[in-house]
Amino acid sequence: MKKCKMVILLFLVILPNILSAQEKITTDNWLSSPGIIGTFVLIAIVMIIAIVILFVKINGYIDSLKRRQIDTNKMAFDDELVALDDADIDAILEKRKAALKYKLKGNELSGSAIASDDKGLIQRVEKDPNNAYFDEKKKTSLSLETPLELKKIVIYYIGAATLWLVLGTLIGQYLGMKFVWPEMDHQSWLSFGRLRPVHTNMVFWGWSSLAMIGLGYFVIARTSNNKIHNYSWAWTAWALINATVLLGSLALMAGINNGGGEYREYIWPIMLMFAIGLIITFINFYKTVATRKISEIYISNWFILASLIWTIVLAIIGYLPFYQDGLGETVIQGYYMHQGVGMWFMTFTLGLVYYYLPSALNKPIYSYSLGVLAFWTQMLFYTMIGTHHFVFSPLPWWLQTIAIVFSAGMVIPVVAGTTNFLMTMKGSWNHISKSYVLPFFLVGTIFYFVGSMQGSVQAFRFTNFVWHFTDFNVAHSHMTMYGIVAFFLWACIYAILPKLTGREPSQVLVGGHFWLAFIGLFAYMISLMAGGTYKGLSWIEGNAFIESVILMKPYWVWRAVGGSLMFISHLIFAYNFYYMVIGYKKIKSSVLAKPIEEITV
Amino acid sequence: MLNFHKEHKNLVLAAGGVFIALSILIAIVPAFQMQGTEPIPDEKPLTAEEREGLHVYVSENCMACHTQQVRNIEMDNMWGSRPSIPSDYYYSKKRLDVWRQSPSVLGSERTGPDLTDIGNRQPSEDWHLLHLYNPRAVVSASVMPSYPWLFREVDSALLKKDDKVVAVPKELFNKPGKKIIASNDALRLVDYLKYLKQTELPGGTINDFIPALKKIQAERNEGQQAGGLDGAKLFSQVCAACHQETGKGIVGAFPSLVGSTIVTDGDTEKLIRVVLQGYDARTDYGVMPPFGDQLTDEEIAAILTHERSSWGNDAAPVTADDVAKVRQYVEMELNK
Repeated sequence: MKKCKMVILLFLVILPNILSAQEKITTDNWLSSPGIIGTFVLIAIVMIIAIVILFVKINGYIDSLKRRQIDTNKMAFDDELVALDDADIDAILEKRKAALKYKLKGNELSGSAIASDDKGLIQRVEKDPNNAYFDEKKKTSLSLETPLELKKIVIYYIGAATLWLVLGTLIGQYLGMKFVWPEMDHQSWLSFGRLRPVHTNMVFWGWSSLAMIGLGYFVIARTSNNKIHNYSWAWTAWALINATVLLGSLALMAGINNGGGEYREYIWPIMLMFAIGLIITFINFYKTVATRKISEIYISNWFILASLIWTIVLAIIGYLPFYQDGLGETVIQGYYMHQGVGMWFMTFTLGLVYYYLPSALNKPIYSYSLGVLAFWTQMLFYTMIGTHHFVFSPLPWWLQTIAIVFSAGMVIPVVAGTTNFLMTMKGSWNHISKSYVLPFFLVGTIFYFVGSMQGSVQAFRFTNFVWHFTDFNVAHSHMTMYGIVAFFLWACIYAILPKLTGREPSQVLVGGHFWLAFIGLFAYMISLMAGGTYKGLSWIEGNAFIESVILMKPYWVWRAVGGSLMFISHLIFAYNFYYMVIGYKKIKSSVLAKPIEEITV
Repeated sequence: MLNFHKEHKNLVLAAGGVFIALSILIAIVPAFQMQGTEPIPDEKPLTAEEREGLHVYVSENCMACHTQQVRNIEMDNMWGSRPSIPSDYYYSKKRLDVWRQSPSVLGSERTGPDLTDIGNRQPSEDWHLLHLYNPRAVVSASVMPSYPWLFREVDSALLKKDDKVVAVPKELFNKPGKKIIASNDALRLVDYLKYLKQTELPGGTINDFIPALKKIQAERNEGQQAGGLDGAKLFSQVCAACHQETGKGIVGAFPSLVGSTIVTDGDTEKLIRVVLQGYDARTDYGVMPPFGDQLTDEEIAAILTHERSSWGNDAAPVTADDVAKVRQYVEMELNK
């Protein structure tokens, strides 16, 4: 406790120094500016962890190679036997025969009890121990008794989300290629300006939001030990949100947008459907929690209920017209686009992780209080930092300064959340090589720390000076919306769907999904971060603008390569999803409820 | 005492209530304050045509790649002579119609150049139209999309009098008897782009940009002291958009300066006049806009000296005095 206080004290002493260091803006030694160093360190963390995972895997592979070497030695021995003389063989065999004839009675070493695993210690039986390429992962050993209606809702929400993910990232991939080949097509509805918001909105409201709500339905029902208040409302919301994404995308491609503010490009009649969908979802969740069968409200439900109410407020503030002429619109834009990410995607997803991570590890969350701390600080700090998207803009200086200071304050909820997740995983690290769910959780957690902290240092005035308006922003948003949110969502989906449907995806394909998505994201991120930095420095040098376009070209190629890997991983994910849910109704619940011994043996 | 762990109602009310309070404080109140902005005295409202152009600008979502904000830092000085202020957006940032809000023209990404002052930087309508038809016709390294749907292909015989024909180079469009004409949308969009000019502040321009790195600043000062302006750099900033870095221009759109008699003539009066007043004597090329108000005598002299001594051209340098003389002469002519 004392140590903790010391750390906080030290932090408070250092913080003003870090912030005031931002006052002098010089690029003489940009490499040693705190923001840039911070970013390097954060990226290095991800690298190191990836290398550790890889090392563990390679280690397992080398072990199995060694075992094979032993096999070859045995074969060499066999050959030697073949080459022996008949007389020699006879002598050896006679000797052996005598030895073999000697028999124990069979009960010298044992009692008369029948062997059985009464305490359930045996969790898995290796059926193919010589498989050299992949570690066999732990099978899902228990299934959950879930009402069919709820199962159907979860599966259809995730199913629709998967469809939007594949379509939305296909569009994203196409946009990435347009940087390399600007003359790819000459259709007005496929032009870059119109298609860019189609991509962002589709993966936001289509993929992430639907997947989150679908997974949320299960959490709400499970942690309240209750039935969902009204199943048919869930279907209404499902239809409304899907209709929003469909109509919104068509409208954007037709050139009808709300004025180009990022993430509120859908015009209000379309976004209204989304808002109604959220309101219905909120009431449904709230009523379920209100009639819960246990007295405490689980921390996940704090996050989920709050994120719904915050987002409803946010959508209303973002679309009301009374204060949005002139730069009023810009103030609201900074507020809206940041809160959209922070209060909706981040908050809801964290709520999901607070349930699915401990449940996947079959142990409680490390600290409930840290979760509560993270919740309130998330609300306090995240709300204040929207204007950091407009540093050096004509917006009032005090608004920009608040945004920068509170961006630094984001350390508290982020460190609280990361610590909580990592400490929950502590002691179960060996699960990383044994489970196909945990690597997703681990990468999500690391990116939660890295992506959020990187965002905070990016708000500092110097780093903003170099990076703002460059492709670095695009890298940051993929690091968070993809590295954090998408990876967490995949972790939750792979954790829960097999338990609902009784069908597990092929481990090779889940591994393929994981590594392609991870390597793809890394290539995407690093290329745009490096290119974005050089672009910013080129602007500072006062070079002609077109030079910054020319220098970006190789980085854009690498971004397209990374994007392709990510897209392929989504196709694999879509297949895995299909495999997990196909024919889920035919599997009888009695089969699902098999005792553990039967499944493992 | 509140027990959020057990009272769902209080939990939701507290989370919602605090969030709404913070939102009002950090978003709604400042937004209302910013809305009270008034226009700069000289600021021009958009005409109906320019407003129509703004609608095309929004529909094509040009904001995805182009910013319209000059930040108060040195590197943004190339996009405007002063940092943007809230009043700059008085006329352009109004609610578009019932369905669409005030456009987010400030932007968040500078994949293409900032457009705050594009009307001053690039006043030529012909350049804009060709650039929209195919950006790579004028800027070979550009990654901007082409907008062919803003143009129409018509039979030369059916050409109407008020049709605006776009001078497209042969490599891009070569159909005998056909011409490319600009649609109404393209013309209005160009009207809007030409409208985008930074309004001068009543008190004159004060340089309040935060300087970039000291080294560059020092080098620049040295350069200016040591012998004036860099003609090559000025040329690439002001002239190369049309005449290209190679000086060869674009056949069918912008004339070549290489070996041009106007450029290399011993008498520089005509050349200086073209720069000061613009030029529209040849129907096979686009119109050259005047640069007299935009460039100083020293700058014009530096650019012309560069033109006359590059790409194989070999003529005597132009001095600022030469330019000043012609400028005086032109002004006298105008006063008559």
